[in-house]
Amino acid sequence: MNILVCIKQVPDTREIRVDLETGTMIRKGVPSIINPDDLHALEYALTLKDEDPDTHVVVLSMGPLQAKEALIECLCMGADQAILLSDRAFGGADTWATANTLAAAVRRLQPFDLILCGQQAIDGDTAQVGPQLAERLAIPQITYAQSVRLENHSVQVERQMEDGYQLVKADLPILITATRKLNQPRYMNIRDIVKVHQADDPVQVWGLEDLDLDPGQVGLKGSPTRVKRSFSPAASSEVRFFSGTADEMAASLIDSFRTLNLIEK
Amino acid sequence: MNHSNNAVWVFAEQRDGEFLPVVYEILTEARGIAEKLNTNLCAVAFGQGVTGKLDQLAAFGAQTILCTDAPEFSTYTTGVYTRQLAELIHQYSPAVLFIGATHNGRDLGPRLASRLDTGLTADCTSLDVDADTGNLLMTRPAFGGNLMATIISPNRHPQMATVRPGVFKAMPLPGAPAAAVVQATSQVQSGDMLTEIVHVVKEKSQEEDITRARIIVAGGRGLGNATGFDLLQELADCLGGTVAASRAAVDAGWINNARQVGQTGKTVQPELYIACGISGAIQHLAGMNKARTIVAINKDKDAPIFKAAHYGLVGDLFQVVPALVKQLKSQEKGTKS
Ligand SMILES: Cc1cc2nc3c(=O)[nH]c(=O)nc-3n(C[C@H](O)[C@H](O)[C@H](O)COP(=O)(O)OP(=O)(O)OC[C@H]3O[C@@H](n4cnc5c(N)ncnc54)[C@H](O)[C@@H]3O)c2cc1C
Ligand SMILES: Nc1ncnc2c1ncn2[C@@H]1O[C@H](COP(=O)(O)O)[C@@H](O)[C@H]1O
Repeated sequence: MNILVCIKQVPDTREIRVDLETGTMIRKGVPSIINPDDLHALEYALTLKDEDPDTHVVVLSMGPLQAKEALIECLCMGADQAILLSDRAFGGADTWATANTLAAAVRRLQPFDLILCGQQAIDGDTAQVGPQLAERLAIPQITYAQSVRLENHSVQVERQMEDGYQLVKADLPILITATRKLNQPRYMNIRDIVKVHQADDPVQVWGLEDLDLDPGQVGLKGSPTRVKRSFSPAASSEVRFFSGTADEMAASLIDSFRTLNLIEK
Repeated sequence: MNHSNNAVWVFAEQRDGEFLPVVYEILTEARGIAEKLNTNLCAVAFGQGVTGKLDQLAAFGAQTILCTDAPEFSTYTTGVYTRQLAELIHQYSPAVLFIGATHNGRDLGPRLASRLDTGLTADCTSLDVDADTGNLLMTRPAFGGNLMATIISPNRHPQMATVRPGVFKAMPLPGAPAAAVVQATSQVQSGDMLTEIVHVVKEKSQEEDITRARIIVAGGRGLGNATGFDLLQELADCLGGTVAASRAAVDAGWINNARQVGQTGKTVQPELYIACGISGAIQHLAGMNKARTIVAINKDKDAPIFKAAHYGLVGDLFQVVPALVKQLKSQEKGTKS
């Protein structure tokens, strides 16, 4: 069985702070991590490999050369092969252009039975690349997977909904997006760490010329969407502080509630 | 057909035959967009037996309704809905398409955008039209809410955006005329039915829907433990409100995640939001900064929540909240006697 896992290196947005004076993001010292949902996607692929050692797990990422680190981490967890799509032409891609580029790489690799993505990446929170990639490859998709059961050549997926879940059935090949309910990602292991560090070039890097792609269909140039402007979500109001003891503050607040008709006079 | 060409479309998602509240919220907001673009507002409804329910869409401003009423549309599946919507878009070429950012909407939107080779902006929190270019201006949070970005999709059509539930307020259009209903036949092919829903499990939630609450008392890590929420519940009861939480409190397991407010929780717009022991991280603010009146109770006078608040109480919530409860209760007794 051939499995592809798409992973993205993202800034740890939990560590980003905004400078409230200048309204800019403080990205200095913010670590880069593997997008959390993607680790759940990878973990599922690796459990299938645990069950059947003939399973081949490829991890694929598009990003700057620095993203090699993320892919190496995946190899150290047990993935078999890692490919990084990196080229200046790919920069500034929106989700459409990202999916288009990833799809070209998938076509160059062997056919996959299963493609796994994270549900969403924490930098953009769009949850779009998975479904867009599935459409590009003309295979079905199941998003929001909270559990997956693979049998023969088909899957049964519990697809998380707002008020429960649906059990969805489909044949392979299919693209599934993973939620954090799916499993508990493993750590890197010594055996694979050693193997990866003995390899000359554990991560293959492909650029535009390695892929069958129209240069006008990648990166910023190929992106249908554009960022027109970005700004800090400025604090809106002028706060009025009450002072005094807890009782005094409470009394003042209740007075204001009355003025605002929030409670009966 | 002029009633649909270049129109603003709203995908009207239904579940079990009922349109979701987010549909009415988007219709309300889309009225202004259609007006600025000087075009028609059209709702697109798929389902089985939905034809009888279309009046509700008109009541919120849909002037035209494109409806496909057939068994294969009873429950959302990716292939079937994508096919039908893509075919209708080819036929009528709308200028704009809005989809609710529900789990189904976030499954459908990107699949469709990819098929149509157009852009899609996820989870918009405000929408406008550029008066010079006529481009749709789609504003959304990025980097975990640390930054807001206004996105355009100038060269491809339709311009597509998803909008999260609770971001806009649904308001019926007074005196809305009946809509022109166009029945569209199913264009679904057998190859579109590649996934099959075996069954649906509804996990009955005891939780109230915080997005509909008029008054919310929310608690964060400052509560210290789950019993802290009992105190907030008391205050909420005095005010006729409901209890909500920050992600830190949810992650700590003190309260159900259905009550989380923020970027990865729910967006709320109550009349009154009282934040107790919440620092006011940008991801939290993203979910509540549109509340009419915001009160912050926090012992740290520099907590960012005070920048978003209208009223600030610097102090220990374990003293302030009981004082509020005591005074509200005694007044209640006072007015009754
Ligand atoms: C991608 C992403 C998405 C996120 N989505 C959300 C989201 O949807 N919603 C959300 O809320 N967060 C979200 N977060 C997390 C967010 O960044 C914050 O970590 C979280 O909101 C902090 O919760 P808190 O304010 O309860 O806790 P803290 O930041 O720890 O604040 C606790 C506050 O309580 C005060 N306090 C302590 N004791 C008392 C007392 N006795 N009396 C009065 N005050 C007291 C402290 O002064 C402090 O200000 C997200 C983060 C990321 C990275
Ligand atoms: N540049 C990328 N390289 C590889 N995979 C990606 C990339 N961007 C997004 N993905 C995959 O698509 C998922 C959803 O991302 P997003 O649409 O950005 O929220 C991620 O969890 C990844 O699995």
